[in-house]
Formats: sequence, C-alpha cells, structure tokens
Amino acid sequence: MRAPSAVGPPLRDPAAGRRVGLAVTAAILLWPLLVLAEFEPWRLFDASHLAVMAGFLGGFLPPVVTAEFLALLVRATLETLAIATAGIALAFVIAAPLAALATRSLSIARIGPGPGLRSGVALRTVVRGLLTLLRAIPEIVWALLFVRALGLGPGAGVLALAVTYGGMLGKVYAEILESGDTRPARALLEAGSSRLGAFFYALVPAAAQELASYTVYRWECAVRASVVMGFVGAGGLGQLMDQSMKMLNGGEASSVLLVFLGLVVVADLLSALIRRVLA
Amino acid sequence: MKRAAAGSTGASLPVRHDRRCVECMALAFGIGAAIVASFAYLAVDWRGLFSSESMRLMGRFTAEFFPPDLSPAFLGRAAWGALQTFAVATIGTLLAVVAGGLLALPAAGRFGTPARVAARFALNALRSVPELVWAAIMVIAAGLGPFAGTLALALHTSGVLGRLYAESLENAPRGPERALRDAGSAPVAAFAYATLPLVTAQGVAYALYRLEMNIRMAAVLGFVGAGGLGQMLYFHLSIFQQAQASTLLMAMLLLVFAVDALSGWARARLAPAYA
Amino acid sequence: MSLALEGVGFTHANGERAVAGVSLTLAGGERVAVVGPSGAGKTTLLRVLGTSLKPGEGTVRVLDEDPWRLGASALRSLRARIGVVHQAPPIPPRLRLVTAVLAGRLGRWSAWQALASLASPRDVAGAHEALARLDLADRLFDRCDRLSGGQLQRVGIARVLYQQPDLLLADEPVSALDPTLADAAVGVLVAESEDRGATLVSSLHAVDLALKWFPRLVGMRAGAIVFDLPTHAVTSEMLRELYAAEGGVLPVQGIALGGAADAGTLAQAPLVAPLCR
Repeated sequence: MRAPSAVGPPLRDPAAGRRVGLAVTAAILLWPLLVLAEFEPWRLFDASHLAVMAGFLGGFLPPVVTAEFLALLVRATLETLAIATAGIALAFVIAAPLAALATRSLSIARIGPGPGLRSGVALRTVVRGLLTLLRAIPEIVWALLFVRALGLGPGAGVLALAVTYGGMLGKVYAEILESGDTRPARALLEAGSSRLGAFFYALVPAAAQELASYTVYRWECAVRASVVMGFVGAGGLGQLMDQSMKMLNGGEASSVLLVFLGLVVVADLLSALIRRVLA
Repeated sequence: MKRAAAGSTGASLPVRHDRRCVECMALAFGIGAAIVASFAYLAVDWRGLFSSESMRLMGRFTAEFFPPDLSPAFLGRAAWGALQTFAVATIGTLLAVVAGGLLALPAAGRFGTPARVAARFALNALRSVPELVWAAIMVIAAGLGPFAGTLALALHTSGVLGRLYAESLENAPRGPERALRDAGSAPVAAFAYATLPLVTAQGVAYALYRLEMNIRMAAVLGFVGAGGLGQMLYFHLSIFQQAQASTLLMAMLLLVFAVDALSGWARARLAPAYA
Repeated sequence: MSLALEGVGFTHANGERAVAGVSLTLAGGERVAVVGPSGAGKTTLLRVLGTSLKPGEGTVRVLDEDPWRLGASALRSLRARIGVVHQAPPIPPRLRLVTAVLAGRLGRWSAWQALASLASPRDVAGAHEALARLDLADRLFDRCDRLSGGQLQRVGIARVLYQQPDLLLADEPVSALDPTLADAAVGVLVAESEDRGATLVSSLHAVDLALKWFPRLVGMRAGAIVFDLPTHAVTSEMLRELYAAEGGVLPVQGIALGGAADAGTLAQAPLVAPLCR
C-alpha cells in the first residue's frame, strides 16, 4: 500500500448544495402558505371554542335513538342509497358512449393508416376534453348549481353525480378499453366490421370484468359523495346531519355519523362481494 | 376434417345448454331492479325538469354565468382565494403526511398487536368520515376560516395516507433493517437507514396524488365556511351573483389543472427512483 | 379478381425496413405459399395485402381496387371480402366458440343484427358447420378460454371460413397444430379456395406443407422476394439457400408427401431436420 501522499482539497458532497437549496426554498414557500391558511393552532384552545366544542362533543353521547329520529334516519339512508344508485346509473349512460367515442381501439383510420385519421383524432380530443371538463368541477359544486336551478332535493344530487361520475367513468372506461388486448378489436375492424360490432364482440368481452369492477368501486364512492352533497341541500343523510349540526345537536349528529359509518362498511362489503362474483 | 357439402347437417348439433353463469344473470337482474327501485323511491318529478318553464329558468340561470366578472378588483380577490385554497390543501396534506406516517408505524405492527389494532381503528375512523363532515366539526372547534379546512383535510388525509403507508411498510422487506439491528444499530436508526429509503419514493407519490384530490376538496370545504374559493363561491351563489361565481369556477378549474400538472411532473421525476 | 403489388416497401416506425421492392401478381383463385426464415417480412407482406398496413413505397391493388384511394365505407366493404387467419388468433377468451365464429360476418351484418346475435346467436347452424370442418363442432358452446392453443388456432380458421371471403390470407395458420392436424387444416383452406374460387396466400413455416399443397411458391428473405416459381421448379438448393441464415436447415413437419410435391427434389437434400413440436 502506498503511503498517504499530500492530501488534496476535502471532498464535497455533490448533493449538499442541492439539498440545502431545496430546504431553503421549501422554508421560504412554507411561511406564506402558513399565513394564507391562517394556521393558528392556538385557536383550538381558545376558551369560547373549547366551550362550544365540549358542549357539542358532550352531546355526542348518547346518540339520539328516538323512534321518530330513527324513522328519519332510515328514510335518509334509503334516500342516500337511491341517490347513489340512480346517479351511477345515469353516469354509466353518459360515460359508455363517450368512452366508445374516445377510445383509440375503435379507430378504423389508424389501420394503415387509412382515410379520416385527422378527423378521428380531432373527435377523440374533443370527447376527452369534454370528459375532463365534467370531472374537473367537484360534484358538490355541480350539486350546488343544480340546487339553485332545480330547488332543494335529491334530484340535484342525482344529476350532480351523473355529470361528475360520468366524466370519471368515461375516462377510466376509455383507458381500460385501450390498455387491454386490442388485437381482437383490430382484427374485426380489419375484416370490415362496424365499430359497434368490434366494440361488443371484441372490446367488451375482454374488458367486461375490469369495467364492472371499477363501476362498482365508483358506486361505493358515490354513496359517500351522496352524503356530502346533502350538505348543500341534496337530500339524504348529509342533509340530516347538516341540520343537526346547525342546531348543535350532538346526539343527532352522532347518530347520523354512526349510521353513515355503518353504511360505508356495508357498501364496502357489497362492492367486494359483487366484484368477487364477477371474477 | 370434412369438406363442406352444401346443405349438409353433418353431426347433430350439441344440446343448446346456454351455460351462461346463473350467478351473473341473478346479479344483472338484481342490479337492474335496484336501479329501477332507486328512481322510483326518489320520485323526482323529472317532468318538472323538462317543462318549458323550468327550461327557461335554467336557461336564464346558465346565461347569467356569462360573461364572467373579469374586473381587476375581483380577479385579485379570486386569485387570493385560489392561493388560500392552495395553501389549505398543501398544509393539510403536509400535516397528514406527518400524522399518517407516525400512525403508520404502529399500524404496520411495529409496536405489537394491541397497538396495531388501535392504530388501524383510528386510521379507519379518520378516513371514513368525509372531509366535509370533519370541516363542519372543525368550524365549531376552531372557528370559521381556512384553518378549519386545513385541519379537516389533515384529519381525513392522515387516515388515508396512514393506511397506505402502513401497507407499504408491511410490504417492505425486513432484511436490510434486521441486518443493521444485528450489527448493533439503534432501532430508529436502523429503520431510517434501511426501511425508510425503500418506502419514501412511493410515499411521496401517494402524497402528491392526495394533494391533487385535496385541492378539489379544499375548494369545496369553503361551503361550510372553511375559506378559500369555496367560501367565496358559496357566498356569491347565495346572493345570486352568477357572474362572480363563474369567475370563481374558472379559477377553481385553473387551480385544479395547474396542481394536477405540477403533481404529474413531480411524480414523473420520482419514477426512476423506484423503477 | 386479382392482387398486384408493385415495388412495395414498408419501414417500421423505428427505422427497421420490413420489406423493400416487393412485386407480386396473382390472378383470382390462385393459391400461393410464402416461405422463408423468421424476420423475412412474410407477416408484413400479408398485412399489406390485407390492407392492414399502408406501404411507404410502391402501389397496391387488392381485389382490383387501390385500397388507399377508397373512401371509408368502400374500404370497409373491401375489407369484409378479405379474411385473415392470424398466427395467434385475436379472440377474447370469454367468448363462446359460436360467437367467435359468427363474428366473421360482422363486416356484412348491420349493427342491430350484430347486437341481436350477441344475445341469441342467429346462425348457429352456420357456425356449427364451419367448426365441423375443423373437428371442433362438439365444443360449439364452450368458452374459448377452455381451449388449447391448437384448438384456438382452428377456431380462428373456422371464423375465416364462415366469413366466406374472396381473398384468404393466412399467417402461419397451423403453427400450433401437430403434423396430422396441420396437414388437414391446410387442406381445408385449400379446399375452401378451390370450392369458392377465392385467392389464397399463406405463409407457412413447414416447407413440406407448402410443397404439398400449393402450386406456386414465393420465397422471401430479409424483406425481399428471392424467388417466385411454380412448385415443381423449386429445387432443394434454392430452399437451402433461402434458409441459409438458419444453418441451411429446412423446417419440415415430417409428414408423408404427396400431390404436387416433387418427392425426388426433397429427397436430394441431406440437411432436413424435423421440427420439434
């Protein structure tokens, strides 16, 4: 082994500069964000807030179980389920044709490529843009808009779900149709089949399970979203809870919350069961 | 193999037992019945939706959204609202990363079974309650304003992220950490040097994905008074100022697109790390 | 009815040249086998003939039409007259055999007929007859994912038979079949071509099958046509040179030769190795 010769300049960690820079940038950005978000944790311990909160939480137990409130709860639960189911059904009706239009697996012009390629690309881009637009606005905003336009009630919730989830389902359907095996569809199109024929004889049979599975998962999400939309007047458990909380009735609110949690569990189980049957 | 003879029937046709799975048929029927029942139960007067009167009302309602209010003063306020919404979502997600990460450790079984059960229960409770409900509760605890929204997002998202992080921790191989422990390292150090690097990239990806979701939610939480674009939107819609509402909706869309793009870029840059 | 390729060339997106300077003319009702080593461009040639690929150079005439000058609906009608047997049948596993075979006529059926047939197959007898020619009639209502690879390949052939095309293109249609079944399946394709006067172009890996069943042989190598001759004029020397890249070993199935094959020609070739199937 060689004896150590004169030591050169100390080795520097190449990542050091970058890490310091990153940390400083994050700190600089964090401060204004904290201010904007009015991040004042001490407000939690403010006397008046604590008092109200204690009263509210104190009222949480026992949960209200009077017969008339239970009747309200049952009605609200059924209403929530109905809103979710009807909403997803409408969303499917919107999403399925849009997905068929947006998917590249049904493009005849891409074979070759043949005539009509540019108009095909343009159509698909427009449809995808529409789907994105439907998705980008949160469903509760749609619900608020529909409530203003149609009045309070579950109709607004159903439409809001139909629109937003139509966008979500449409995008995922199109992706599922493209990500699977597209050779059967292509083979049928090359044999002169119509797009509808290729869709039902080749794309759907191959992707049916995944499509159904995602739809059931979205139904589960729709149940939760229906509750949330109730806060803007679209009916169901959410509206009930909103009313209870506005009256600071902790007992009623906790009843509704418990029922909601139970509903979520049931929906989860049902969804898992259906997806198992489809497999 | 036989050559086709015109009009030959050849072997007799096999018995046509349409062996479509009975379960599938029952399921399809059940789902169809549920859908019909749902519409019937709601008994929404859809005809009212399509009557000429309500179409006219809706048409007028929609028309009032255009043109949006683009005056500099209001644009400034919309921009401020957007920044506030962004701040709420970001701080909320950051808090959730910390809280979720901390809860993920017991939830992954690092501190024994009772702790695991308790942590999992806590995480499930946190994530089952929707953000809006948390926000309504936080408004009571912390007063109106964006702080309530931040807390609501933090609470809900820590449940979501905590569970994802717990699963990542459970799936990570224990070999490297065990090797360091056997070499005498302290438990925390062994965890930090061996397991943490394995789960960090995925963890950041999950957090960024939740940030995208939280931006949408933060806008919405304003409906219960949690500040930002949502609160402004709710306010202007209740006093029927559709032009301002339209501007706020566009601001919401822009914010969502921008954060989606940013998050997508960041996640793409992370990708080689755990390829 | 005829096919004409003139100076056709096709380059893949990654710059790889699949075929170059290919010229080929067929009269209606002719039967041609395309042979050559792997990567020779046989599949690309068939895809160009099937209007599935647009060549970068040269002209194509399929069934007396220039497919790339046609409008969309005329192109679709043309494609309905072309039947392609793929090496790996593009059939969704969940479909039942009857539906998979009936899908052959989707080019002719209207949208409503197609949908109705999904619920209740409209021409079960026709599907049964097509499958019977390939010895699969007893599996008519089984799902395709219950079949072996060879059986699935035969379903692909049955679908094309049901389609009744004017041009039959087959890309290694019997690669998954054992020698006896493969021989019989090629025989079915040839019989279909004879009965209906349809043109048949088939790429085959087993040279002896090509020699037995086809009166005309086209040899391809490295994207170009090396020879295009009546079968009796093809010598084992030419074949060995064609497969020079694969060690001059001719892939054969080892079935008994007969018919158009010149048994004497092949007997002179000492380097013949049976395929391991």
